[in-house]
Amino acid sequence: MSNSPLTPGVVAHRLAPAAYSQNFSDVQPVFDRHEARVAADRCYFCHDAPCMTACPTTIDIPLFIRQIATGTPEAAAKTIFSQNILGGMCARVCPTEQLCEEVCVREVAEGKPVEIGRLQRFATDTLMATGVHPFVRAAATGKKVAVVGAGPAGLACAHRLAMKGHEVMIFERRAKAGGLNEYGIATYKTPNDFAAREVAWLLQIGGITVKTGVELGRDITLAGLEADYDAVFLGIGLAGVNALRAAGEDLDGVRNAVDFIAELRQSDKAAVAIGRDVVVIGGGMTAVDAAVQSKLLGAQNVTMVYRRGKEKMSASEYEQDHATQSGVRIIYGAAPIRVLGTGKAEAVEFAYTVDGPKGLEMSSETFTLKADQVFKAIGQTLLAAPIAQDGAKLVTQAGKVWAGGDCAAGGEDLTVTAVAEGRDAAEAIHATLMA
Amino acid sequence: MADLTTNFIGIKSPNPFWLASAPPTDKAYNVERAYEAGWGGVVWKTLGSEGPPVVNVSGPRYGAIWGADRRLLGLNNIELITDRPLQVNLDEIKMVKRKWRDRALVISLMVPCDEDSWKDILSRIEDTEADGVELNFGCPHGMAERGMGSAVGQVPEYIEMVTRWVKKHSRMPCIVKLTPNISDIRKPAEAAHRGGADAVSLINTINSITSVNLDSFSPEPMIDGKGTHGGYCGPAVKPIALNMVAEIARNPVTRGLPISGIGGVTTWRDAAEFMALGAGNVQVCTAAMTYGFKVVQEMISGLSQYMDEKGMNATADLVGRAVPNVTDWQFLNLNYVTKAKINQDDCIKCGRCYAACEDTSHQAIAMSADRTFTVKDDECVACNLCVNVCPVENCITMVELPKGTLDERTGRKVADYANWTTHPNNPAVAAAE
Repeated sequence: MSNSPLTPGVVAHRLAPAAYSQNFSDVQPVFDRHEARVAADRCYFCHDAPCMTACPTTIDIPLFIRQIATGTPEAAAKTIFSQNILGGMCARVCPTEQLCEEVCVREVAEGKPVEIGRLQRFATDTLMATGVHPFVRAAATGKKVAVVGAGPAGLACAHRLAMKGHEVMIFERRAKAGGLNEYGIATYKTPNDFAAREVAWLLQIGGITVKTGVELGRDITLAGLEADYDAVFLGIGLAGVNALRAAGEDLDGVRNAVDFIAELRQSDKAAVAIGRDVVVIGGGMTAVDAAVQSKLLGAQNVTMVYRRGKEKMSASEYEQDHATQSGVRIIYGAAPIRVLGTGKAEAVEFAYTVDGPKGLEMSSETFTLKADQVFKAIGQTLLAAPIAQDGAKLVTQAGKVWAGGDCAAGGEDLTVTAVAEGRDAAEAIHATLMA
Repeated sequence: MADLTTNFIGIKSPNPFWLASAPPTDKAYNVERAYEAGWGGVVWKTLGSEGPPVVNVSGPRYGAIWGADRRLLGLNNIELITDRPLQVNLDEIKMVKRKWRDRALVISLMVPCDEDSWKDILSRIEDTEADGVELNFGCPHGMAERGMGSAVGQVPEYIEMVTRWVKKHSRMPCIVKLTPNISDIRKPAEAAHRGGADAVSLINTINSITSVNLDSFSPEPMIDGKGTHGGYCGPAVKPIALNMVAEIARNPVTRGLPISGIGGVTTWRDAAEFMALGAGNVQVCTAAMTYGFKVVQEMISGLSQYMDEKGMNATADLVGRAVPNVTDWQFLNLNYVTKAKINQDDCIKCGRCYAACEDTSHQAIAMSADRTFTVKDDECVACNLCVNVCPVENCITMVELPKGTLDERTGRKVADYANWTTHPNNPAVAAAE
């Protein structure tokens, strides 16, 4: 080990080899059977349960927890998967503290919810470990559907369509299927290649073909798909990254956080170069994932800077705590003015902000943070111009296109929301094709 | 500080907590550990006749059921009486009693149903200086197949006969231990009373199969693929035991007959409940087998604190206090009207009361869009199910309607005490007119 956290610049191998596997191991290991039983016993089996209402995919949470409590986690998993085929990933990445667990009556009463997310992971991991896929396809309908994008929305849509008996072709621009599950989530949330394993498990249903390296607009067109298929689903996510609109953004060392996260997911961790002083600009999950992982790679100082107050931050309280406990410093209420440096980033100058009646304004008070690496995490956008939408259906000439996930208007930018939208679009497509 | 010493049929002990005749009292080592932990008395594991010792199975002899977090709620066993030589037990009993003069030591006995067998065993134990004998007419497994234990306890005539033999051939205080595997517990208690018993103890264990192995299709506990009914005990049996104790306590024929209460006593509170229903002391087994002998220290401190808070100086102040309040259904006040009331500050909005009432009871709870649950007084029959299923203690309570107020369900005002014996719908009342 030639480098250390103190080595100046953006370099790899800051830590001893063993530290990497430890740092990027499962952040929250799966329950063992007894832990699951104890956690499941805390569920009150509420009537018209608030957790279920809060779940974007409306998983029957009390039922699956009762199935765990009675020793049938496989049945619990089927309850989960029947609503959310990516229930395994959602168990790992859902901000449960803002969804099901936030409204758990035991959270309200005691400040300690039933650990729904971890129970879901116990159930889904148990079933997936058997290698068995619990669903079978209906009789073939002879209909063909194209799905663009193999992220959570596209996969959920494809699985539901395949289950209904349709033939599905998925087009994915990247080298692997999975979308943000594969490229956009912190490694420690989904270690051991879980995203890829989940896709393989999902595809066991049959009737789904995945073509990677195919990009809409470059290799295929919407009009072409409409001509060749009975229906089209767009789940293309957000490929654009918002710019800082601050001077010095083009200096070396300034990078999109999503690219850093994607690189990290696909690389040997020790070989990923990281700065000694890292500044992450943004307040969402992507910012937290980039900041925490910078720390885990051996950066000496990692600072997250968010332009608004703590309460406005889209990363949950749990995520913020995770960041600070990992050694990340969070500065609230400051926005970047310029990245300083000659050729490469050396520091970032910020101004404190005032969140007043006229919106967010920069104050005259500024400060400068040393930074040899700067990650931008201030949101993503759809590259193409949005198409007019009627619910999940898009207004096109042939009227055969539906959309869901981050690229569709409305909803939260969560994996679980994308799954719900993909699934529901599949149901709508099915209803239309079979009408 | 309340005085916990008890004098049960002349047997003194520093507290009312005795260990029941069972595996924990099979030998000097355990019994001395129990005394060291603070137990007031011990009923030594049942001795049998002189002869080749009893043989136990060498596979599992206990089965269990569990609640949340594997809390043991019920235990069953197919263990027989002591399988150690009689003389070994007698020598140890004598040694222990000499060493622990202030503690109660009672010997449990089970021998064949003939006078000579009983006369013989009583003479054998005389020398031990034990404080009394307990006749095991209760064990429902194994020994019952050989005409002992509950086989005797299920025939009141046998109970009376054997008790007479015991009183005839021994001067020791005699407790008759009853089996609950019978339809009317008053009958064996009356028989013991007629036979001259100084006290009864109950309940012994209940015939049970704890579970079935759904792979091997064998009952649990399983011995080589087979299982047999065993004796069930532990917290799960307490309600059954309380009722049986109360039935004997309020039966005019046996009123005043000392009772040693047994059946799922796990905390001081359980013990106090048995005592309030007429038990002069309690015997414990499963709690000790689950948690070890130290549990008695909580029982002692808890009962003591409770008695202090209630201004009770001695256990006699507690014993039987609830007996006058145990009555027959026909004497319950039919004009006692309550309504469930949900405390909205305590409610956690789980909706279990609603599901229970709506699906299985009287549709007397309303649920609003924002999950506020309220009782409909014009539908509520005060069944108490909502109180029972609510996970928050005291969130739902039963509020008594004062006399003269309108019961919205019946449209009648709450009237004075009246019971079934005078109710117009009672055919017996009509016939008498």
